[in-house]
Amino acid sequence: MNLGFRPELLWSDALLFLLLAVVVMFAWRSARNEHLRAPWRRVARSRLGMSAAVVLIAYACIGIVDSLHYRPALPATEGQPVQYAAEVRSLLDVLTGELRTRVEDSYSAPFSLHLYSRETVTQPDGSQARVFPRLQHAGVGLADAAAARADIVWRGLRGIALGALGGALVLIVAAFAVGRRLGGWRAGWMAIRCAPECSGLRAGLATLIGLLVLGAIAVQLVPNYHVLGTDKVGTDVFYLSLKSVRTGLLIGTLTTLVTLPLALLLGLAAGYYGGRVDDVIQYLYTTLNSIPGVLLIASAVLVAQVQIELHPELFDTAAARSDLRLVSLCLILGMTSWTGLARLLRAETLKLREMDYIQAARAFGVSRARIIGRHIVPNVAHLVLITVAIDFSGLVLAEAVLSYVGVGVDPVTASWGNMINGARLELAREPMVWWQLSAAFVFMFALVLSANLFADSVRDAFDPRAAGQG
Amino acid sequence: MGGALTARSLRVALGPGAQAPCPVDGVDLDIAAGECVVLLGESGCGKSLTALALMRLLPDGLTLVGGRASLGEIDLFALPEQAMRTVRGGRMAMIFQEPMLSLNPVMTIAAQVAEALRVHRDPQAATIGDATARLLDAVGLEVRLGASYPFQLSGGQRQRALIATMLAGEPELLIADEPTTALDVTVQAQILRLLRGLRAARGMSLLLITHDLDVARDMADRVIVMYAGQVVEAADRATLYRQPFHPYTRKLFSVLPSAHARGQRLAAIPGAVPPLGTKHRGCRFAARCDRAFARCHEEAPLLREIGSGHQVRCHLDAGAGAIVTMPAVQTTTAQGIEPASTRLFEVADLQVHFPIRKGLLRRVTGWFKAVDGVDLAIDRGETVALVGESGCGKTTLARAMLRLIPPTHGDIRLEGQSLLALGESALREARARMQIVFQDPFSSLNPRLRVGEILEEGLRSLRLDLDRGQRTARIDELLGKVGLGADAAGRYPHAFSGGQRQRIAIARALAVEPRLLVCDEPTSALDVSVQAQILSLLQDLQAADGLGYLFIAHNLPVVGYLADRIAVMYRGRIVEEGPAPKVMAAPAHPYTQLLLESAPGRGLRAEPPESRSEDGSTGCAFFGRCPKAEPRCATVRPELLPVDDRRVACHLARTER
Repeated sequence: MNLGFRPELLWSDALLFLLLAVVVMFAWRSARNEHLRAPWRRVARSRLGMSAAVVLIAYACIGIVDSLHYRPALPATEGQPVQYAAEVRSLLDVLTGELRTRVEDSYSAPFSLHLYSRETVTQPDGSQARVFPRLQHAGVGLADAAAARADIVWRGLRGIALGALGGALVLIVAAFAVGRRLGGWRAGWMAIRCAPECSGLRAGLATLIGLLVLGAIAVQLVPNYHVLGTDKVGTDVFYLSLKSVRTGLLIGTLTTLVTLPLALLLGLAAGYYGGRVDDVIQYLYTTLNSIPGVLLIASAVLVAQVQIELHPELFDTAAARSDLRLVSLCLILGMTSWTGLARLLRAETLKLREMDYIQAARAFGVSRARIIGRHIVPNVAHLVLITVAIDFSGLVLAEAVLSYVGVGVDPVTASWGNMINGARLELAREPMVWWQLSAAFVFMFALVLSANLFADSVRDAFDPRAAGQG
Repeated sequence: MGGALTARSLRVALGPGAQAPCPVDGVDLDIAAGECVVLLGESGCGKSLTALALMRLLPDGLTLVGGRASLGEIDLFALPEQAMRTVRGGRMAMIFQEPMLSLNPVMTIAAQVAEALRVHRDPQAATIGDATARLLDAVGLEVRLGASYPFQLSGGQRQRALIATMLAGEPELLIADEPTTALDVTVQAQILRLLRGLRAARGMSLLLITHDLDVARDMADRVIVMYAGQVVEAADRATLYRQPFHPYTRKLFSVLPSAHARGQRLAAIPGAVPPLGTKHRGCRFAARCDRAFARCHEEAPLLREIGSGHQVRCHLDAGAGAIVTMPAVQTTTAQGIEPASTRLFEVADLQVHFPIRKGLLRRVTGWFKAVDGVDLAIDRGETVALVGESGCGKTTLARAMLRLIPPTHGDIRLEGQSLLALGESALREARARMQIVFQDPFSSLNPRLRVGEILEEGLRSLRLDLDRGQRTARIDELLGKVGLGADAAGRYPHAFSGGQRQRIAIARALAVEPRLLVCDEPTSALDVSVQAQILSLLQDLQAADGLGYLFIAHNLPVVGYLADRIAVMYRGRIVEEGPAPKVMAAPAHPYTQLLLESAPGRGLRAEPPESRSEDGSTGCAFFGRCPKAEPRCATVRPELLPVDDRRVACHLARTER
C-alpha cells in the first residue's frame, strides 16, 4: 500500500512516547489517589503555576508534533517499488507548510524585504551595481517598504482578531465545562470571572488567550515574511526556533528517564541497606561528582561521536544519525546528573528507615523490597517530583552550553545551543546580526522561566510543611 | 517585688472575621506577686496560647481580639512593640518544653546568658562574666559548663541553661510552658525544685502550664483548669485537690491511673477535646459530661464563685461538689488464665552491643552496651512493666526481643522456641505471635496508606491463608475490637486524633493474633483522658485473649496501676524485678527508690543525691548517683539475685536482710 509516506520512528521518538506513557500512567494514578490529587489541586489553584503550565503545554505540543516523523515517497517510476526520500520530516514541517523550503541566500533582518549584505547584481540594462537584493520569499507582490509596513499592520490586526475569536471560543468552552457542575454556563462564567478558587484557571485561560493571539499573528505574518529573519544559509529563524523546541524538551525530559531509575535504585538502596552497600554507592557518587561535569560529558560525547562515525552503515538517514547523538547526549547527561537526587533520597530514606511504621512492617516480616515499594517510595515521591521539575530547566540550559562549546547535539540538529553558537561570531558585524541570538534567547527563556515557575508551585504544593495551608 | 498579673477576658481568634473560631475564649487570669499559678488542661485547651497572648508572641494567623492584661502598673496590650520588647525577658520571661529549640545551637551557654544580660542590663558592664557565673550557679549548673554548646548538655542541663538566660532580665513573672514534659522523672523533680527555689529566692511570680495533675499539686498556689479555650474551674490548690467541683476536673482526677487503683477500671471521659472551630451551644463539656442535664445543652454556664476564691463554670449546684464519686469498681478478669507449663516468653542473658567506630577506616574502638545481660520472663495474661529513664536500653531491649535489632548474645524464647535459631521463614511464622505498639501514634502509621491497608499489611504478610474477603472481614472485626467504626478503614491516618491513631496501631498489632504484645510507651504521647481509654482497651484485650504484655513506661503511676510485675532497668541491666505492688510500696534498690521519690505529686521531698565523679565501670552502674553507696560498690558489680520474691542487683539489699 502506498500512503505517499512512511512513518519513521527514531530512537528519541520512541523514548519520548515511552515517557509520555509513564506521565499518563502517573496522572491516572494521581487522579485515583487522594494523597497525590490534593497537592495537584493546590498547583491548579496557583496563578503562576497555571500560567507556566499552559506555556509548557504549548511547548510540549510543538515538541510532540515535531516527533511524529515520516519519510515522503519519491515520485514513482514505472515498475519500481516505491522509494522514499532520504530526508526525514515531521508533522511540524507539514503544519508550517512552505516555511522549511523558503530559503534565502544568507542573512536578512526580521520583516526585511532585502538581504542583509550588498551583492553585485546585473541590472536589466546590463550594468552592474552593488545593491541589497530583494528576498525571494518575503513581501512577495509588494512594491516597497511602505507597502510592506501597511501589509504587516493589516496582517497583524487580522491575527489579533482571529486570536481573539479563538480566545472567545476557549472561554465559552471553559464556561460550559465549569458550569456543568454548577448548573449552567452562566454560573460557570461567573465562577471563572470572580470565584477565588478559579484564580489558577483564570490565569491559565488568560495565558492561553495570549498565546492564541500570538499564534494567530504568527500564522498571518509568516507566509509572507521572515518574522525572525534568516540565518547564514538563509533558513527562516522562526522555523529553526520551532524545530529547536523538540531538542530542548528531549534533553530536559529524556535525561530524567535515565536519571530516575539510577537515582531511585541507588539512593534508596544506600539509605535502606546502609553498611557496605551505602559505602559503595557513596563512593560512586562522590567520585562522579568530583570529576568536572563538562569534562566528563565532553569526553563521553566524543567517544559516542567516534562510534557513530565508525559505523555509518547502521544509519540509513542523516536524521537517524544525529538523533542517536541526541539520545546519547541525554544518556550521558543522565549518567552524570543522578547524584543530586540519589543523595537526597538516601538522606530521606535514612530518616524514614527508622520510622515506627517501617519497624512495624518489619515486625510483620514484610520483605525488604515490599517495605521499600510500599512504605518508602510513596513517602519520597514528592522529592522525586520536585527534583525532576527543577532539574528540567537546568538540563535545557545545559544543552545550550554544551552545544555552544561544541560537544552538544549534532551541528545539523536544530537547537538553541547551535543557534547561539552560529550567531556568536556575527555579533561583531556592523550592523549587528542580533535576531538569531535573540530568537534562541526568547524561546529558551520562555521555556525555562515557565519550567522554573511551574517547579516552584509544584514544590510549594508538595512540600509537607505547606500541606496544612491552603 | 512586683509581678502581679491581671488579665481579663482574653480572646484569641484564628483568622479574621467575627465568625472565626477562638482557641482562647474569654480567659481571666490573676497572679499575685510571688504566687505560682498553674494552668491545667489537656492539649488543645488553649493553655499555651493564653501564655503566648500575654507575651504578645502569638503565631501568625492568630490574633488577640479582645481583653486587657496588665503586669504591675503597665498595660501589656497598650504598649508599643518597642517597649514590649524590653518587657519581654525583662519583666516577664517564658521557658518552653523543648529547650533545644530555644537555645542557639552555635553559641555557648555562657555566651547566651551573657547576651541576655547585655540586653536587659547595662550593656557596658564589665561584670558580665561574674553575673553570668552567678546565674549559672543559681540554676545549679557548674560554671565550667558555660563553655559548652547546647548539644553537649543533657536535657535537664539544657532546661537549666534556658532558665538561666530567662533569669538574666530578673523577671517578675516567669511563664513556664510544660517545662518538664520531655524530661525523665528524676530530672523533672530537679527542675521543678529549681523553679520553686528560684521563685522563693527572687520573689518571682510563676505561671506554670502543665497537663500533669501531680506536677500541679507539687507546685501550685492556685490552679486554673481550662477546657476548650475557657476557664472551667479556678481554686487554690488545697481546695481543688480536696473538693474538685467541675465534672471535668473530677474526671481528670478519676482517669489518673495509680497504684491505689489497681484492679479497678479507670473512669472514662468519652470522646476527646472538641476540635477548634466547633460551634458551641450550651456548656462546652456537656457532650462528654455524665452529669449533664437539659440546661447544660441549652445555656452556656458562666464562671461563678462557689467558695472563697473558688470559681466554677458549671450549672450544677454547689452542694453537689462535696461528693466525689469514684467510678464503679470492676476488677479485671485476666486472672482466669491457666498458667501453662512453658513460659510465654523468656529472654536469657540478652545483650545488645553497638560498635563505636572511629577514625578514617571506621575501626571498632569500643562497644556501647545498650542492653547488657537481661533475664526476663512473661507469662500468658501477664503484664510485665519495664521501667527506667530514657537511654537505659528499654526500647533497644524491646526491639531486640522482637528481633528487629540483632542481639549480640543471649537467648530469646517464645513459647519454648528459641527465636535466634530460626531461619527467615520460621521467624516470619513466629512474628505472628509477637507484635509491638509504638509510642508515637503519628510516626507509627504510614501517612500514605489508608487505615484498611495499614491493618491489612500484617495479614498479607503472615496470614497467607486468608483471601481478600476474609481479610476485609477481619479488618472490620479489628476496628470494632478497638472501638472504631468500620468506615475508618477507608480513611487516611491524618483524619484521626492521637488516641484514635493509637487504637489503629493496636489493631494493626492484633491483626495477626499475637500472644505477646510489646507496648513501647503507648500512652506517653496522649492526654490523660485518652490514656485512660487506651489503658482500659489494653486491659479488655488482655482479659479477652490472655495476651502477655511487656509494657515499657517511664510513668510510674501507670505502671503501678497496670503491671503485674515490674522490672526496673538502669544502664542496660535490670536492677530490680518483682511483683508490682511490692516494688511500688517498698522498693529495694536505691535507684527504684529514687524513681519513686522523684515522681511528682509527693511534694518534691527527695533531695537530689550528690553525684560522684567516679563511674561504675567496674562496680555498680548506679554507684555514681547512689546515696547509700559503700566502697565495695565502686569495685564489685552486684549480681541480680533473688531477695524474697523479687530479684535485686544491689549489695545493700542483701545485707539488709
